[in-house]
Amino acid sequence: MESLRGAVAIVGAADTEVGVVPHLSATQLYVKAAKLALEDAGITKDQVDGLITCNSFVEPYLYHAEMIAEYMQIFPRYCLNVATGGGTTLAIMHHAASAIATGICHTVLITMADNMLSGLSRDKAIEVMSTAGHAQFERPYGPPIPAFYALLAQAHMHAYGTTSEQFAAVAVACRKHAALNPAAQMRQPITIEDVLNSKMIAYPLHLLDCSLVSDGGAAIVMTAAERARDFRKKPVYILGVGEGHSHEHISQARSLTTSAAKEAGERAYAMAGVGPQDVDVAELYDCFTPVVIIELEDLGFCPKGEGGRFVEGGRIELGGVLPVNTHGGLMSHCHPGHPGSLFSVTEAVRQLRGECGPRQVDGAEIALVHGQGGIMSTHCTMILAKERS
Amino acid sequence: MATPAGKPVPVPTRETQPYWEGCRKHELRIQKCVACGHYQFYPRLYCTACMSEQVEWVRASGRGKVLSFTIVYRPVSPAFAADVPYVVALVTLEEGPQMMCNIVGCPPEQVYIGMPVQVTFEDRTEEISIPHFTPV
Repeated sequence: MESLRGAVAIVGAADTEVGVVPHLSATQLYVKAAKLALEDAGITKDQVDGLITCNSFVEPYLYHAEMIAEYMQIFPRYCLNVATGGGTTLAIMHHAASAIATGICHTVLITMADNMLSGLSRDKAIEVMSTAGHAQFERPYGPPIPAFYALLAQAHMHAYGTTSEQFAAVAVACRKHAALNPAAQMRQPITIEDVLNSKMIAYPLHLLDCSLVSDGGAAIVMTAAERARDFRKKPVYILGVGEGHSHEHISQARSLTTSAAKEAGERAYAMAGVGPQDVDVAELYDCFTPVVIIELEDLGFCPKGEGGRFVEGGRIELGGVLPVNTHGGLMSHCHPGHPGSLFSVTEAVRQLRGECGPRQVDGAEIALVHGQGGIMSTHCTMILAKERS
Repeated sequence: MATPAGKPVPVPTRETQPYWEGCRKHELRIQKCVACGHYQFYPRLYCTACMSEQVEWVRASGRGKVLSFTIVYRPVSPAFAADVPYVVALVTLEEGPQMMCNIVGCPPEQVYIGMPVQVTFEDRTEEISIPHFTPV
């Protein structure tokens, strides 16, 4: 096995209802998402021999993947619980693809969920997530999560002249797409002025520069490309995948303006044999608006420092040069914590299958999905395609 | 740990004890590699440049420059509500390492990237003092 290129496919993908879902517990969201993904794939739970989850903030278990297997009464030969923050999804898929390609298992179910909103409340969720800061060297200074990202935003503004209006354009694009997505949590269109007039959270980030706090779950089924045609729907192939890891704590970051998305992207493009110019639709991690601008640069869609100008004029909206976050992203679709980027994957699958209705990117053949976790710490990029080669 | 009001209080470990002892004396300590001269923060078992275990504690000049900053309006927890708006910053020390801090002693709107700052200490409890930075 020299490369994972085209070796593995996604054959099932589904989301639970998202947003405010008080009638399902965190664990129920995991198993609901799993059931929907199995139905989408057209298989029974007995055909799953690999299971990967991430832990829940609200209902954590010491061996979470084993807990979900036990709950569903499945008995996998490969069972793994991974956590690299918001980048978890893509990293998990990287592990799953490797396990499938090396024959450790054949059919992997990945399910991720949480109910940060109903299970914790917005205030508690914000406080719990701030434990991402270093206990001795960061948390004593009282930084909420938006403050960590505001440090990146300010550095980018200072270095490249990026503006608050450009950050806001990201939120506007996400909301525009969410308005076309009946599943999204926030669907009322917004303007750049709305973002700039929203409450200041951590300068320069306004409330509408920040992603949502949500409930929800998503799941996918992956298998070897040779077997992928036996499933109910048209498979989506993994052409390339790459990771980059630069730090855990933002105070230790080697750069505030260039992230390890650069290495992750380069590795994924090299495996896939494609470049940014070949990408039809991008689902980028958007926990805060400046993150999308940095990712667009680091993933090669524009030169370093040009990300602010790139997002202007509807260029990342449907009909633009590169539609980004066609489901609405973490900004407007939902953000239940760790699972966030799995919704990017399920959306990319739907785009490549042509199932997206009014928000469909015409003729989408290649999608790029990027997840990041920590504070721009862990990165994974995946290139997905309609055709195996 | 936390103060009665709920602000986090660092719990020193075997590795970080000399740092916090320095802070208690209002002295900012970082590590210097005896073998290669590299300075580092936070404290580690060995030098991240050459992996020598001959790292010693030295007193930093306490001077640095603001690398980036934010003004927090929505506090992380009720314990910080009275401080709003407060500045969370990254400072690059003269010796090279960077660290997080609050910028105190000036209105938040006067802080800028590149601003020269020097260390100052807040006695958060009887045992723990926290380094902050203030304009030179």
